[in-house]
Amino acid sequence: MSTTPQIGSPTQAALAEGGRNWLPYWLSAPGMLVMLAFVALPLVLTLSLSLYPFQSAGGVGDQMTWANYADIATDSYFHVIFARTFGMAIVVTLICIVIGVPEAYVLSRLSARWRAVSMVVVLGPLLISVVVRTLGWAVLLGNEGVINKVLMTGGLIDEPIKMMFTFTGVVVALVHVLIPFMVLAVWASLQKLDPATEQAAESLGAGLFTVMRRIVFPQVIPGVLSGGLIVFALSASAFATPAIIGGRRLKVVPTTIYDEFLGNLNWPLGAALAVVLVVIVLGVSLGANWLIERKYKQVFQ
Amino acid sequence: MSFLELRAVTKRYGDLDVVSNCSLSVAKGEFLCLLGPSGCGKTTTLQMVAGFVSPTSGSILLDGKDITAIKPNQRGLGIVFQSYALFPHMSVGDNVAFGLEMRSVAAGERRKRVAEALELVHLGAMAKRFPRELSGGQRQRVALARALVIQPPVLLLDEPMGALDAKLREEMQIELRALQHRIGITTIMVTHDQAEAMTLADRVVLMNKGRIEQIDRPFEMYEQPNGRFSSTFLGKANVFEGRAMRGLFEVKGHQLPCCTAAMSGDADYIVRPEKIEFADPNLDSVGLVRGEVSARAFLGNHWLFQINTPLGIMQLTHANTGLPKAAEGDIVALTWAAEHARIVPRDATQ
Repeated sequence: MSTTPQIGSPTQAALAEGGRNWLPYWLSAPGMLVMLAFVALPLVLTLSLSLYPFQSAGGVGDQMTWANYADIATDSYFHVIFARTFGMAIVVTLICIVIGVPEAYVLSRLSARWRAVSMVVVLGPLLISVVVRTLGWAVLLGNEGVINKVLMTGGLIDEPIKMMFTFTGVVVALVHVLIPFMVLAVWASLQKLDPATEQAAESLGAGLFTVMRRIVFPQVIPGVLSGGLIVFALSASAFATPAIIGGRRLKVVPTTIYDEFLGNLNWPLGAALAVVLVVIVLGVSLGANWLIERKYKQVFQ
Repeated sequence: MSFLELRAVTKRYGDLDVVSNCSLSVAKGEFLCLLGPSGCGKTTTLQMVAGFVSPTSGSILLDGKDITAIKPNQRGLGIVFQSYALFPHMSVGDNVAFGLEMRSVAAGERRKRVAEALELVHLGAMAKRFPRELSGGQRQRVALARALVIQPPVLLLDEPMGALDAKLREEMQIELRALQHRIGITTIMVTHDQAEAMTLADRVVLMNKGRIEQIDRPFEMYEQPNGRFSSTFLGKANVFEGRAMRGLFEVKGHQLPCCTAAMSGDADYIVRPEKIEFADPNLDSVGLVRGEVSARAFLGNHWLFQINTPLGIMQLTHANTGLPKAAEGDIVALTWAAEHARIVPRDATQ
């Protein structure tokens, strides 16, 4: 990024002759093909699958229909699941912002050695399979789990606090899984922040909290936004954590899709749910992106 | 009476004294420059006055009150940073208003004072702009307005001209000087540019290796440097090591004139390049030293000559008043008045 192209390099020469430089296209072609084969194509197939009826005898009919979408739009069972999924995603995103931004700030102010150590600690969770991490939370949160055992032995509570199979439990585990993404994104933004702006605010009479709220936070909005979008999309489409901590009773959209495909064998309905999920996540992400970039356009340059 | 006073201030990082036992006092309304090469401790000194760095020992007094332990946000000083440190997400007006907001100044009063401050730096029409839409010079003015709007007792400037190109820098220096005179604010500026220090300062504090070498008004410091470092950092100088004895100064067997009869012993003999004149080399009787012109450079308003003499290479400058008086390869005789030579005892620290 930082190296400027040399005058007379092949790229420059090609452009100078007015010819089109095809090299970047060739170089990105393998990646594009993989994207096409493994992302775009399945999405198109899912979309088309969602437009065919499910036949109770099993299998898929051949008359195109909107019936699956009508089901989702009218059935309050799905409304609850969608509301729960996006409520959860929003709460997880907000908690990740509240914890992740100060965490990234503290990290960026550590000495080089401690920063290296702390980075490993922050990124550590990403090195372990999400299933293993989630099972770890199950061990902690269960009625017979470590937390309840300790609290009961200590005499602080008489009966176990219910944490498994609850909204709170899923949120806690998702925050743990996803917070490294927020920390990394905000950290990248903090690199561009001129520390003298904090000193300037301080010299003008601002206390620590005001400096954070008025000076640091607005300048790392781009990082908060990109981290927030990643966390939001990943928690709305998270499967393993809600499946293990939330269980059958606390269904979210991804676990519902799984059940439709593999439990009820209603592939078209599952596909329709998947399409709706993708569309909402995409819509919310693009909308938030547009709004925030407009509001804070000065820090996005 | 001193308005701001540093008493034996020291800052130590590990075993290194970045600032060592610095004492100085600034009068109310004075413009003081901390001048020195990079790493001399001038910025650390300023940071200690600002409160961002706390001294290892010593104390800082403002208007008779000890502020050493007071946090920067309680000191109320105006600071202009080297990078200007404008808030990129706020408009120029909001940048300037920030300090007033922190002081809970009412909105109406705030608007009035922001407008006044921007007017002061000739940016009245720019309040709605954002920092990235401004030029370097305009950003610096905003930083200045932001620091001045809170009516601080002391204005601190950390290399404020560093990011400006040479022509703009000169303009801003003159403007800053005029502004400082007009509002009469006590000002401390850090710079490594000796010309800038001389242009702006009432007094210059010359620092080297964490110590204060000399504190003087620019003219006195230039004319009466107290040592080799002062003479060569502030302006150019020919410095010879030798011995002073009974009104003469001996360098490598040559006797040079000097006025300080009282001094004797090892000393440095300092003479500024512009104080040296050419004499007629054919007359044996005149001229203190002879040599061959080894280089000549034209610098617009003056000529710079380098002359190989038995004392060593000497520099001399002549105002450009026509054709140069010597060419490369010429044998010349040099002379200067005894009162232009300055003799300082050899500094033990150097």
